[in-house]
Amino acid sequence: MTMTDNTTGVLGQRLLRREDPALLTGEARYTSDLPIPGALHLAVLRSPYARARIVSVDTSAAAAMPGVTAVFSGADLAEAWAGPMPCAWPVTEDMKSPTHYPLAVGQANYVGDGVACVLATSATAARDAIDAIDVEYEPLEAVIDLEDALSDRVVIHDEIGTNRSYTWDLKIEESEGQVDQAFADAAYSVKERYIQQRLIPAAMEPRAVAAIPQPFGGDMTLYSATQVPHILKVMTALTLGIPEHQLRVVAPAVGGGFGSKLNVYAEELLCVALAKRTGSPVRWTETRSEGNQATIHGRGQIQDIELAADSDGRLTAVRVRLIGDMGAYLQLVTPGVPLLGAFLYAGVYELPKAYDFSCTSVFTNMTPTDAYRGAGRPEATYAIERAMDSLAAEIGIDPLELRRRNFIPTASYPYEAMTGLVYDSGDHDRAATLAADMIDYAGVRARQQTQNVPGATKRLGIGVSTYFEMCGLAPSRVLASLNYGAGGWEAATVRVLPTNKIQVVTGTAPHGQGHETAWSMIVAEKMGVSPDDVDVLHSDTAIAPLGLDTYGSRSLSVGGVAIAIACDKVIDKAKQIAAHQLEANPDDLEFSGGEFRVAGSPDRAMPLAAVAFEAFTAHNLPDGLEPNLEAHTTYDPPNFSWPFGTHMCLVEVDTETGQVDVLKYVAVDDCGNQVNPLIVDGQVHGGVVQGLAQALYEEAVYDSDGNLQTSTLAEYLVPAASDVPAIETGHTVTPSPTNQLGVKGIGEAGTIASTPAVINAVVDALSGLGVRDVPMPASPNTVWRAINEAQGGQQ
Amino acid sequence: MEITVTINGKSHTADVEPRTLLVQFIREQVGLTGTNIGCDTSSCGACSVHVDGEAAKSCTLLAVQADGCSITTIEGMAAADGTLHPMQQAFMENHGLQCGYCTPGMVMAATSLLAENPNPTEEEVRIGLEGNLCRCTGYHNIVQSVLACAKS
Repeated sequence: MTMTDNTTGVLGQRLLRREDPALLTGEARYTSDLPIPGALHLAVLRSPYARARIVSVDTSAAAAMPGVTAVFSGADLAEAWAGPMPCAWPVTEDMKSPTHYPLAVGQANYVGDGVACVLATSATAARDAIDAIDVEYEPLEAVIDLEDALSDRVVIHDEIGTNRSYTWDLKIEESEGQVDQAFADAAYSVKERYIQQRLIPAAMEPRAVAAIPQPFGGDMTLYSATQVPHILKVMTALTLGIPEHQLRVVAPAVGGGFGSKLNVYAEELLCVALAKRTGSPVRWTETRSEGNQATIHGRGQIQDIELAADSDGRLTAVRVRLIGDMGAYLQLVTPGVPLLGAFLYAGVYELPKAYDFSCTSVFTNMTPTDAYRGAGRPEATYAIERAMDSLAAEIGIDPLELRRRNFIPTASYPYEAMTGLVYDSGDHDRAATLAADMIDYAGVRARQQTQNVPGATKRLGIGVSTYFEMCGLAPSRVLASLNYGAGGWEAATVRVLPTNKIQVVTGTAPHGQGHETAWSMIVAEKMGVSPDDVDVLHSDTAIAPLGLDTYGSRSLSVGGVAIAIACDKVIDKAKQIAAHQLEANPDDLEFSGGEFRVAGSPDRAMPLAAVAFEAFTAHNLPDGLEPNLEAHTTYDPPNFSWPFGTHMCLVEVDTETGQVDVLKYVAVDDCGNQVNPLIVDGQVHGGVVQGLAQALYEEAVYDSDGNLQTSTLAEYLVPAASDVPAIETGHTVTPSPTNQLGVKGIGEAGTIASTPAVINAVVDALSGLGVRDVPMPASPNTVWRAINEAQGGQQ
Repeated sequence: MEITVTINGKSHTADVEPRTLLVQFIREQVGLTGTNIGCDTSSCGACSVHVDGEAAKSCTLLAVQADGCSITTIEGMAAADGTLHPMQQAFMENHGLQCGYCTPGMVMAATSLLAENPNPTEEEVRIGLEGNLCRCTGYHNIVQSVLACAKS
C-alpha cells in the first residue's frame, strides 16, 4: 500500500509508516543501543528513605572496587552546577521551589532521590559498587498525604518554610459575587470530591543517556531518550554553564514518552558533567524499578468541584478547588500541570461568566510529578464529566440528555469561553449522536431495564464523556500570560535538492508518532511530489537547530503547519524562477501537481524538478534572486487547537466479585482534517487504553512512610492485551479555521476522554444499588467495597 | 564460563560471567541490539526471543543456560534479501507499532503464538500476548496484525 506514483491527494490517505521497517527488524537504535567505545558507566545510589538527613557519605570502599574509576557524593559535585535543576514554569511571582540538585546535598526528599554516584568500566561494575557506598542517614518524618502537607504539620524543606508551593486562582465573574449568587439561586447543584491517583508513565523504553565529550575541541554531544532535545540543550547549557553552541543534543530512536521524557533529568546533567570532568564518554541506562522511582509521575490531585444549574439543568456556575501534588521538587513544568486543566472545567458546555478556580500545590516526600499524557486536561475532563453524571442523577434525567442541553451550539463557533479563550470550532451534538449510534445507546438503556433488576449480579452500565483537548500549546503570548518559560512556536525548513528530492527539517521530536511519514505527506501534497521523495530530518540539534519539540499534541498543529508554510515560501521562490524561464509574469503562473503552468497556456509549463536544477546551477536566475530552493519558517499559531469528541463505554460489573468487564468502547474524535487516518486511529487506541488503565488498573501506591509499593512492572499494573477491549473508532471532521491544513491535535484525546467514560459506566451499572462514586483505580476490591458501603455493609 | 550459542544461524563462542543474563549476552557481547530490555522483573516481554523455536523472555535465562541452544532474535526474522517476515509485514500493514520498543518482543511472541495455534480467535491472541506489554498502541492494532498474519 505504499504510494509511489500518486502525487496529489496524499493528505488523508492511510499511508503505511516509513519508520516501521527499521523498528520491525531491530535496525533502529535507541540510546542504549549506541556503541560507544571507552564509555564509562554511571550508576546512581538512591535514597531508601522518603525523607532523611544525609549525615555522611563514605565512598572509599566503593572507589576501591574493580572497574570503578570514580565515586561522587552530592557534596563532591556541588561545584559542578552553575545552577540548580531547572523549573521552566514559575506559575506565580511568589511560587516556592526548593533547591534541587542532580544529587541531593544534606537531605534526601523521596525514595529514589539520588545521593551518590559511581563511574565504572561496565554497568555491572558500577551497580556493584553502588552497594559499597556507606551512607549514614538520619530518617525524618515523611509527608505523604496532601492535606497533611497543606497543614504544614511537618515542613519538608526548611529553606522555604512551608509545604505550599503556590496558590493560583482564576476567578471570572461579570459582577462580584456572581458565582456565590448562582449557587444560591441554583435549582440543582452538586458538590463532589475526586481523587486523581498518582500514575507512573511507564514508556516501554526506560530512560537512557550518553554524553560524549571532545576534550580538545571543547564540544559535547548528549544522546538522550528525550522528547525535548531542543529544550534539553538550552537547559543543560544553563545548568552546567556550558556554552550552548558547543552542546549538541541528539534523540535517537525514542521508545515512547507520554510526558515522562519531557524533562531535564538529573542523570542527563550527571552524564554531561562527568563526561566533562573525566574527558571520557559517560552513559547511563535506567532500570525499570529505578525508573518507577526516579522518572516523573503523573496526575496526583484532590479535586473538589461544584456545579450549579437552573431548572432545565443548564449550568450557571462552576467552582473548583484543587490540591496539586508536586512531589518532592519541581521538575521542568511540574507547577503548570494543574493550570492546563484550569480552562477546561466547564468542558464543552456553555457557561456564563461564573467560574471560580483555585489550585494550591504542595510538596510531598514522593517522586516529583510532571506532565503525563494530557497533563491537567484529563483531570479537568474527569471532574466535569463525572460531576455532570452526578448532576444528571440529581435532576433525574439521562446523562446524555443533560450534556445535549449544555453543549455549546455549533452556530456559536468561534466561541469565546468564560475564560476568554476562543474555541475555534466544534460540533458536539454530531459527535455525540455518532457515538450513541455506534454503541446503540437507546438499545443499551432498554437492556438495562431487563438486566439490572433487583438481585442481578451482572449489571450493565454505559458511560459517556465529551471533551475538548485544548492542545497545540501555543500561541506564545498566551503561554506568556501563564508565566510559561518558553514560547509555543515551531520551526521548519524545506529544501529542494538539485535532483528534486526534498529535505524537511523539523523542530518536532517524534517518539512513536510517525512524524517522518506524516510530514512527508504534507510536503508531498504541497509540492506535488511523492512522499518517498521527501526526507524528514529531526531530533538532532546539529541538523535541526531550532525547535520546541514534541508534547501537548502540538506537533501537527504547530510543527506540521510550519512545514506547510515553508513549502509555500519555496513555491513562491520557485515561481519567480519558473516565470523567468518561461518569460511570463509570476502572477500568471499556477502551481499544481508539481508543475508551474502559465494560466491559459497549458503548453508553457515547467516542472518543479527543472526549477530545482535551475536554482542549483544558478546559471539563469532573475536578477537579485539567490540560488537554491530553500525556505525557513518559524510559526507561532494564533490560537490553541481544539479537538473534541464523545466517547462511550459499555461495561458489565459483577457485583459479587467487583470485576469490571468492558464490553464495548466507542471513540468518536474530531481532530479536524486528518493527514493520515491510520496514525490518527493508532493515537486514539493507545490514548484510550492509557486512560482506561487509570480508571481500572494503575496507581503509584506509597505506604505511610513514603515507600513506593509499585516500584516494578510486576506491581504497577500496566494492562496487557487481555486486560483491555477492542476500540471502535469513529470520526467527524470539523476543520480548524485557524491553520491552512485545518488540522488539530490527537495525541492526548483518548487519554482525556476515556477515564471518565469508563468510571461513568461503572457507576451507572451500580447506580441501582445506591453507588454514587467509585474511586480509581476501580479494581475488583474497590468496586466491591463501594457496593458494600452503598448497601450499608450488608453484602 | 565458556558457552557456544547459535544465534540467527551463526555460532558464537564466548566467555561469560555466570550471572550474565541471556539478553545481556545477546546485546552486549554479540552486539545484536534489536532485542530490547523494558523491565527487570520479567514482566514486559520486550526481550522475547526464540530459544530452540519457542518464545522465551531472554531476561529469564542465564547465558550459560543457553549453552548449546539455537536462538533467533528479531534480526534473524527477515529474509536475507530484506523481505520482511510475514509477521513483520502484518505489523507494518496494520500499524501494529508506534515507538517500536516492544515490537521485536511482540513479533517474536506473536510468531511463536501462531506456531502453536495457527488460527487463533481475537481472545486467544489477547491471552497469548499477555506476557508482552505495549504502552503505545492499546494493543488494538497488534491484535489485528496477528489475526491478519494468521489469515494470510
